[in-house]
Amino acid sequence: MKHFVVFITIGCLLACHQNPPVLSQIKASQLQIDDSLPSYDSVETFLHPYSRRLNQVLDSALAYAPKKISKGDGEYNTTAGNLLADIMMSETRPIFKSRTGKDIDFVLFNHGGIRSILSKGKVSARNAYEVMPFENTVTVVALQGTSVRDLVSYLVRAKRAHPISGMQVVLNRDGSLKSASIQGKPIDGTRIYYIATSSYLVSGGDNMIFFREAIEVFETDYKIRNMLIDYFGKVDTLNPKIDNRFVRLK
Amino acid sequence: MNRRNFITKTTASSALLGLGGLSMGSCSSRQRHITILHTNDVHSHIEPFPKSHSDYPDLGGVARRAALVRRIREENPNTLLFDAGDIFQGTPYFNFYGGELEFKLMSLLRYDAATIGNHDFDNGIEGLFTQLPNARFQLLSSNYDFSNTLMDGLVKPFSVYAVDGINVGVYGLGIKLEGLVNQKHYKETLYLDPYETALDSERILKEDEHCDLIVCLSHLGYKYKNENRPSDVKLAASTRHTDLVIGGHTHTFLEKPTVVKNRSDKEVLVNQVGCFGINLGRVDFYWDAARNKNGNGVTLTI
Repeated sequence: MKHFVVFITIGCLLACHQNPPVLSQIKASQLQIDDSLPSYDSVETFLHPYSRRLNQVLDSALAYAPKKISKGDGEYNTTAGNLLADIMMSETRPIFKSRTGKDIDFVLFNHGGIRSILSKGKVSARNAYEVMPFENTVTVVALQGTSVRDLVSYLVRAKRAHPISGMQVVLNRDGSLKSASIQGKPIDGTRIYYIATSSYLVSGGDNMIFFREAIEVFETDYKIRNMLIDYFGKVDTLNPKIDNRFVRLK
Repeated sequence: MNRRNFITKTTASSALLGLGGLSMGSCSSRQRHITILHTNDVHSHIEPFPKSHSDYPDLGGVARRAALVRRIREENPNTLLFDAGDIFQGTPYFNFYGGELEFKLMSLLRYDAATIGNHDFDNGIEGLFTQLPNARFQLLSSNYDFSNTLMDGLVKPFSVYAVDGINVGVYGLGIKLEGLVNQKHYKETLYLDPYETALDSERILKEDEHCDLIVCLSHLGYKYKNENRPSDVKLAASTRHTDLVIGGHTHTFLEKPTVVKNRSDKEVLVNQVGCFGINLGRVDFYWDAARNKNGNGVTLTI
């Protein structure tokens, strides 16, 4: 029987090659996948154990936030920004130290890179995906002090609460720069600083062009989202505060 | 892969039998109809978007796509299903399971082939290699040379599907990886000129494999402001035998396929259906018996 089918197919193919059919009509359409379509049961059945596991892991509480954490609750520094920058500092430091023997001097992240609030209550891995849906990693950049001054000028011009840690920037009432310091000391134009930031910003994101002056770039391969998940798992409570790391005098 | 072997064998035997002068004229006396279904840039969107989503409320979802594909296959069993790349990355399903679900579900839906998108390298070439046993469909790329990688021999430049006596040739094209994908992910994969490899592939499919319909699965992107960047629209214009370019990468929601004149002044369709499994593209091709040939008229309904 099988041979017969093959034989017919062969005969047919052959005949078609001698006397090819002629393309006469093409119809194109686009079908939207919406709720008018039923769900194919075997897909749902197949998916169930995976989605259950995923939801279990994503939704299990890792930490607790006694108050809403947002990037919109301060002028130049915010609870969400400070939390993220401080996590980047505390989590990157030991990795960088063990790999290079050097210390991170400060952290710079971008305000736009925080994609969601953390609501009051339990904090889960799903929240980390909401805050940081991108695959960006922590990258450490070595910059000359003179380039760090360009970085500060960028922060002054940007007038946005770009998250920082390990650095203090104070603006005058008119928004001009009053002072900037790193680890409590004024910026030294002659020395090299190590800055932990997002791979997105190092590759030119948010026009942070001063990173082009990088003397060296170290890729940690640590996804920022995974860093958040790891941190949430380590602490009980997330209670970041607005402080005076980046302020404008009233 | 078994399917491919079967086709190779039948083509060989038909050539052999051809010497015997067998003649069975019956096959070209009826109309033939092949349906091509396609997705692109699904990016691990397995479940529908939430009802509260501001852009795509309650749209997409593999279970619904499966139901639609099944319905279409019931209408026309002569249906092929393709994907134009970026299967991976976009929901926690990928982060958790590394693409296992995406490939298993595509196999369940009986996809025939897919090309490789830049995000399909997101877990490195090892990550893609690891998931291959879950793919009961063929990965196609004619311009990625995997010779010096562990994917060597596992990706084919093109494939031929014999459907209802019609030979459908399909080849794949990928985007330039340098600057887009970290080199430590794509390793020693070589990116070859997509236009040149397209011309080679379609010539082989036309002349050696005697294909009646030639489809390109491309992850080059629909079109770019920078004219020097390879794109589907420019690709279509540079080919001779390709009938349909199924595109991806730029997440372009086309209302209908773009019609481009190729090198031989023949019309080529370029299509792309957005992203995230929100739409399914469908192109139906009809062939008449040779003797009913009336001039060069292909009716295009888009």
